[in-house]
Amino acid sequence: MAALLEIRDLTKRFAQVLANDRISLTVGKGEIRALLGENGAGKSTLMSCLYGIYPMDAGEILIEGIKAHIGNCDDAIRHGIGMVNQHFMLINKLTVLENVILGLKEPRGPWVDYKGSGRRIKELSDRYSFCIDPLSRIEDLPVGLQQRVEILKILYRQSNIMIFDEPTAVLTPNEVLEFFEILRKFRDEGRTILFITHKLNEVMTICDSVTVLRDGQVVGNVMVRETSEPELARMMVGREVFLKPAEPSRDIRDIVLKVENLRVKGSIGVEAVRGISFELRSGEILGIAGVDGNGQLELGNALTGLAEASGGSIEVLGSSATNKQPAELYKLGLSHIPPDRQKTGLIMDYSVQDNLAIKEIGRFPYSRHGVISRKRIRVHAQTLIRTFSIRGCAPETRAKQLSGGNQQKVILAREFEQKPKLIIAVQPTRGLDISATEFVREELIKQRDAGAAVLLISTELDEVLALSDRIEVMYEGTFTGSIRGHTADPLEIGLQMAGRKKAGVCEESVGAAK
Amino acid sequence: MKSAMTDRPDWRILQKVIVPVAGVLIGMIVGSLVVINKDRSLLMVLGRLFYNAAGTWSNLISSLVYTIPLGFTGLAIAFSYSAGIFNIGAEGQLQLGALMTAVVATSTAFSSSFIQVPVALIAGAVVGALWALIPGLLKAYKGFNEIVVTMLMNYIAILLVNYFLEGPMKAPHSFYPQTRPFVKTSWLQDLVPNSDLHYGFFLLIALFFIVWIVLFKTPLGFKIRAVGFNPEGARYAGIKVKRIMVLSMVVSGALAGLGGSVEVMGVYRRVAEGFSPGYGFDAIAVALLANLNPIGVFFSAFFFGALRNAASGLQVDLGVPISFIHIVQALAILFVIASRGLPRQFQNIKRRLRYGR
Amino acid sequence: MAGSVFAMMISQSFLASSIRLTTPLLIGSMGSIFSERSGVLFFTLEGFMLMGAFFGFLGSYFFGAIPGVLFAVAINMLIALIFAYATVTLAVDQVVVSVAMNIFALGITGALLRVVFGAHTNTLLVQRLDVISIPVLSSIPVLGAFFNQNPFTYLGFILVPVVWVIFFRTKWGLKIRSVGENPKAAESMGINVQRIRYISILWAAGFAAVAGASQTVGNLGTFVDNMIAGKGFIAFTAVVLGRFNPIGTFLTVFFFGAVDAFQLNLQAMGSHIPYQFPLMMPYVFTLLAFFAAGSRAAPKAWGTPYIPD
Repeated sequence: MAALLEIRDLTKRFAQVLANDRISLTVGKGEIRALLGENGAGKSTLMSCLYGIYPMDAGEILIEGIKAHIGNCDDAIRHGIGMVNQHFMLINKLTVLENVILGLKEPRGPWVDYKGSGRRIKELSDRYSFCIDPLSRIEDLPVGLQQRVEILKILYRQSNIMIFDEPTAVLTPNEVLEFFEILRKFRDEGRTILFITHKLNEVMTICDSVTVLRDGQVVGNVMVRETSEPELARMMVGREVFLKPAEPSRDIRDIVLKVENLRVKGSIGVEAVRGISFELRSGEILGIAGVDGNGQLELGNALTGLAEASGGSIEVLGSSATNKQPAELYKLGLSHIPPDRQKTGLIMDYSVQDNLAIKEIGRFPYSRHGVISRKRIRVHAQTLIRTFSIRGCAPETRAKQLSGGNQQKVILAREFEQKPKLIIAVQPTRGLDISATEFVREELIKQRDAGAAVLLISTELDEVLALSDRIEVMYEGTFTGSIRGHTADPLEIGLQMAGRKKAGVCEESVGAAK
Repeated sequence: MKSAMTDRPDWRILQKVIVPVAGVLIGMIVGSLVVINKDRSLLMVLGRLFYNAAGTWSNLISSLVYTIPLGFTGLAIAFSYSAGIFNIGAEGQLQLGALMTAVVATSTAFSSSFIQVPVALIAGAVVGALWALIPGLLKAYKGFNEIVVTMLMNYIAILLVNYFLEGPMKAPHSFYPQTRPFVKTSWLQDLVPNSDLHYGFFLLIALFFIVWIVLFKTPLGFKIRAVGFNPEGARYAGIKVKRIMVLSMVVSGALAGLGGSVEVMGVYRRVAEGFSPGYGFDAIAVALLANLNPIGVFFSAFFFGALRNAASGLQVDLGVPISFIHIVQALAILFVIASRGLPRQFQNIKRRLRYGR
Repeated sequence: MAGSVFAMMISQSFLASSIRLTTPLLIGSMGSIFSERSGVLFFTLEGFMLMGAFFGFLGSYFFGAIPGVLFAVAINMLIALIFAYATVTLAVDQVVVSVAMNIFALGITGALLRVVFGAHTNTLLVQRLDVISIPVLSSIPVLGAFFNQNPFTYLGFILVPVVWVIFFRTKWGLKIRSVGENPKAAESMGINVQRIRYISILWAAGFAAVAGASQTVGNLGTFVDNMIAGKGFIAFTAVVLGRFNPIGTFLTVFFFGAVDAFQLNLQAMGSHIPYQFPLMMPYVFTLLAFFAAGSRAAPKAWGTPYIPD
């Protein structure tokens, strides 16, 4: 395989952090190369430099042996590099066609060539069996198809070097299989594919070779057929690693949460939760698995008072909890770990101590006779900072200056301090590095063992599998069937997450409204 | 939603004091440049400005008189903005407050000023509060953009007041649209004899303290500011966001209405057409320059009160048009708010120089 | 009474005055759609229309009617650079900057009016652009009113389809729309978000100038303090209500123009209602319309400063 792409000593620094430290690698034509590493290892940064999103501080990029200067995305595109981002760069209100041709200089002239472009896009879509109608709006397409639009964008620009950043994060196991088929077609056409991931099984399944990154440096370049998952894991983390499933609960007691026929409307007015019923007991963790967008967020919001239930009932410890304000729910013993730290969980501009005190600010000991006692807030914060090992701050530090992991710890500290009876945790480890993730998971287990009932809503299947005593899969607003945790079969769950759909049938996918 | 200043201590002092002062100075200089001609040089204009503002004792007193309504309305805007709501309807609330006060203050039914004065003040505050309640409810429960609503309601309020002054509340036998004179028991007495400075000044100072204490020392103020920073996060934390929003608008309207009451009870002792040269609008500059902090509002209100005093004097002495004030206000606001974006811009430029992008 | 009101409403003169009063709202709103769609709140329309009115007046006084309008456009675009720098480059709060610019407009127009012309300005008249009657078409009963207007009005009506075509059929319009919906995505496609926003703001300011000038150079022939009197805010609201697209905005704006004509005609009919109440009508109706519709259709990035990485 001839070398198509060579990166030499690429270095990129962000303020004090050395994100990429003299990274060198070589990839050939018709090769699928995995870029493997933990959060923060530097994979995304490396690819962003390659695609022109960031300028590199030092190093060279050679394409087919010739040095390439890549100062912005346009340069990258001209050199045949295309990138499909983890977070789609799509404009929801525009059509597929408009998204694909956006920013193109050809054809010249002020007019948008709807006919010609439409035809070309349809051709591409048909060639790879994407089943996409160029005139459908992005917001009307399911996530799996939206990703294909991203792929169409780079195909349309004839990219030979394709970069995929965590592409399977939003796909069901079956969609992943379809996706891999598409990748194989690209590879057989002679394109070079760079596949950023942290999932070892994917590397072993689809990739030809692997570059492992750790802390900004290359720690290994191996062929997939010459390595194994444990070895890759060891290179990735630098130590022996296995995701230990939690000890199953020993003491499951009374019903804490009872949900009957719950219905919740989503943001566009369509029902997102369509008649869900379940019970949750003290001392157990119920995990709700499912691909993002099947109503989990709305379920979490309705249970925690942030969204209105349009039907059904919620009962916490015997009292009605349907359509109550968050303040009232806290009185019942409910605690909520929201999916969005920055928007929901914390007041970024407030100090850590203020964030810790916010739920009880009107009450003793934070205020007496209507006056706030700064001293007590501070002391309280110091205790919690110590107990929860929140690093990188003093009580007065503003929340926005903490790292993601420490921010999440502040939220946990605040929520768990009161020994809640019911915990609703939604995506609690999203965006956290390994040690923060471990911390959060251990805390949840600890609370469970102390008698709390925990509802874990997460799109990370591994997480749900490892922590839950019982699993429900959510698909299109309903549960598809209860499964016991700790012995569950990931493939079975995967099928349920995809609604037991078969792969590769076009009719279902074309412009299907969500 | 608003956001806090950058955190390094030296930045904070810089931004709270030096930047607004610099902004006002720049505004004054540019404004003066616009109005200079062969009869008045830049130095003449600037010099006269400072002299008129505080050069003599009586000038200083006059500046303080202007400070009073600006202080009330500035506080009003600062208070609502603490909850993240931009109340630019202060002018309408102020005028309606003054009008309602006139209803009480022209009545002979009261026997002593101990009763009539508070009642008149309360009347003004209540009306202002009610006028602000509407945009407050709409914003909190329906998410309607408050700047459009309050702005339009300003026009309606001003027309309403105009109607009453030319019609039902017009003083008999008067050629000018104005109410009857207020009865003596409703007056806010002079603080300094033979001047316009009245006891409303003390009320203002008291309110500054009260507002500051409420915003920074009470749980209510804590919640209000939380809502201002992040309404979603505040709701999640158990704060009743909608109620807080409405409450802050109501208080804001009350403060603005009080400003109108105090002005007519202490200075004019009647309500006449055009008694407010736009205090509610000036207050926007006052509040923004003060970074919405009550302590800052006091100084900012004084700056702009002195400016208005000086500028009207300038109009008489040198023929400088009063619109000059607006140039100063606008440039001061722009300078202050631009300075919030400048640190980031400096970073961008530094980065561009270093990395060539 | 009711009968005569009805007769008034279907008369040609009512249509004529509706069209006339719609003109500044129409031009101003069409221009401001560009800025709004690119994601920059153009609440400062009122101020730029006021400056357009004044500088059009000033320009016409010294240079004649058409050069006067061009002068206003040029000055407005220059001043708009300050607005653009603050909102796009420095990325600070767009509402505050808008309010500041509105205050600035009040100040600069009032001050310059007196500085240049002295104290006695009410009797000044400048060259105006007169009504141009289109032969044949203007003699159609009732609808002939459409063809008996001054050039500003014709420009306003032509703008509607032109703006529609620009937004929905050209690459330029596509870029603006993308920037307003998802600037990050647009940036990743190689679009310079800041440049698009700057240009959109200048467009909006330029058209605001024409809209304002239509009042002095097209209508009154003279300038009065604060003469836009809230029309800019009404036009701003109309864009929101019209869901940020030219056709919807046009219909909304026309409705507001008709309300304004209605209250004027009502006063002229000698009704006993005190004049303040008809005067309030445009504002009240705008408010009511605003309540009824809400602002669901704003471009997603509307009002949010874009801070590139």
